[in-house]
Amino acid sequence: MRYQNATAYRFLAPYLLIFSIFWLWPIISSFLISFQATRTVPWRFAPSFNWGRLIGDPAFFNALKNTLLILVIQVPVMITLAIVMAVLLNSPLLKARGLFRFAFFAPVVVGEVAYSAVFRLMFNLDYGIINKLLNSVGLPRIDWFSNVTPAMAVIMIAVTWRWAGYNAIILLAGLQSIPQDVYEAATLDRVSKLKQFFYITLPLLKPIIVFCAVLSIIGTMQLFTEPFLITERGGPGGGTETLGLLLYRQGFRSLNFGYASAIAYTMAGLAIAISLAQLWLTRDPK
Amino acid sequence: MSSRSSSSRSSARLGRSIALHLFLAPLALIWLFPLWMMVIFSTMPDRGIFSPSIELLPHGNFLDNVSNLQRDTNFIGAIGISVSVAVTYTFLSVLLTSMAGWALARYQFFGKGVVVAIILGTITLPYAVVLIPQFIMVARDFKLANTWVALIVPPLFNSLGVLFMRQSFSMMPGDLFDAARVEGVKEWRIFLFVALPLARPMLAALAIILFLASWNNYLWPLLINSKPGAMTAPVALGTLIGLTKVSWGGIMAGAVMLTVPMLVVFVLLQRHFVAGIAAGAIK
Repeated sequence: MRYQNATAYRFLAPYLLIFSIFWLWPIISSFLISFQATRTVPWRFAPSFNWGRLIGDPAFFNALKNTLLILVIQVPVMITLAIVMAVLLNSPLLKARGLFRFAFFAPVVVGEVAYSAVFRLMFNLDYGIINKLLNSVGLPRIDWFSNVTPAMAVIMIAVTWRWAGYNAIILLAGLQSIPQDVYEAATLDRVSKLKQFFYITLPLLKPIIVFCAVLSIIGTMQLFTEPFLITERGGPGGGTETLGLLLYRQGFRSLNFGYASAIAYTMAGLAIAISLAQLWLTRDPK
Repeated sequence: MSSRSSSSRSSARLGRSIALHLFLAPLALIWLFPLWMMVIFSTMPDRGIFSPSIELLPHGNFLDNVSNLQRDTNFIGAIGISVSVAVTYTFLSVLLTSMAGWALARYQFFGKGVVVAIILGTITLPYAVVLIPQFIMVARDFKLANTWVALIVPPLFNSLGVLFMRQSFSMMPGDLFDAARVEGVKEWRIFLFVALPLARPMLAALAIILFLASWNNYLWPLLINSKPGAMTAPVALGTLIGLTKVSWGGIMAGAVMLTVPMLVVFVLLQRHFVAGIAAGAIK
């Protein structure tokens, strides 16, 4: 094919223009800002001002710990659930498939604010439906938002509810791209359904599972709205504060752009590490 | 003998089918529960929401709750802003991403590898590293805070949409476009009048996903359009959550107004939705 630089770049121009102004420059800029003291006018270059503060800041380590804790528990639970949903939705035995698909996929269209409001009300101490239901079966009610562990649990439940179906959609598409004759051959050889799942489905689905896991990790790492709205600005007492929330407070409440940028680049560093792990996990075995 | 083994196989099938439904039905009910409660709460008066009894069926208070909400914040106005912004954003973004996708699918050009690498790289880049300078630039340098431009323009860059459109255009037969070129048709006319009409189902999928993203977008509008008259609907609703003197029935009515239209669209266009989401992963 011959080169058509002028034509190609005419089509790309508006897209690349938006990218350069609103994305490329900010990516570079926030790296530079992270090395500046931004609460003096004019800003001055002070390489260790923010980064030095970061490594000695208990609030940062608290947010990092909470974020990693949510990551380590919520993402595997959600991905497992999404795989189960996808595999079962794909079963030829399933009746009323449309109804089940609606139930699991519907949360995908629900906005963060709307569902945060509902979860906050559902888990209310005195009048929440969850505590009423616990009470009605003889269990003690739980003070969800005054203690760290149940508050974290609510965040994880909420995020899992919102995103499991999204991942199931992607995994289901992956399942449907596995050729049927692989399963037919296995069935003829009397391989049990369970073995088929572990020895055929999972290995063939692995790249997509890893893709889902990476997107979920990066999404959960930036978790902001749920601790902001459901647990009331990371409460109780910072117990559900995440890196995303800390960045918001530092950047947009305290207007400390330099420190917030350092937090942002810490998140980017984690994301890069996770992407590299993805490449390593899905590499072609030599 | 063969009939016996086939009947035992079919009874095993029946057993598996029952087990499947016994497991999946409760899970589906749990999954629907928050949405169901959202609707129930939105139809209850506040004193009903904050009463000790368990209410699982709708009441008749929805319109009162809407007017309570409207008393707490100008939600109808915010819905107007959200709809206009989402429609404009969807139109512009579909146009931009399909132009870029077309260039990447159909032309050989200098720097193509770099452009593709950039797009792939941004998929796993946390938005956090963009957010602060983007805010400083739009609010302080361009003085665009609390305008529609601020809501629409920065999110116009999206990476998964471009990859989706590149994929769609590269699957089309090239002869078709070459035939038009032989006739002397200009490239932009080939794009607009040959390629785009062929890509209609993919454009529909893309448009739905982009509309939804704009409709539900929270963090950026929260930061950039924080003035009461300029807020989008999710931001306006978010300001009420956590206030002490506020109508929770009203908040739930707002949540329903944000969610139910999208659920209807989802039911009607499920195929496109699913295609749009799945396209992100299956390359």
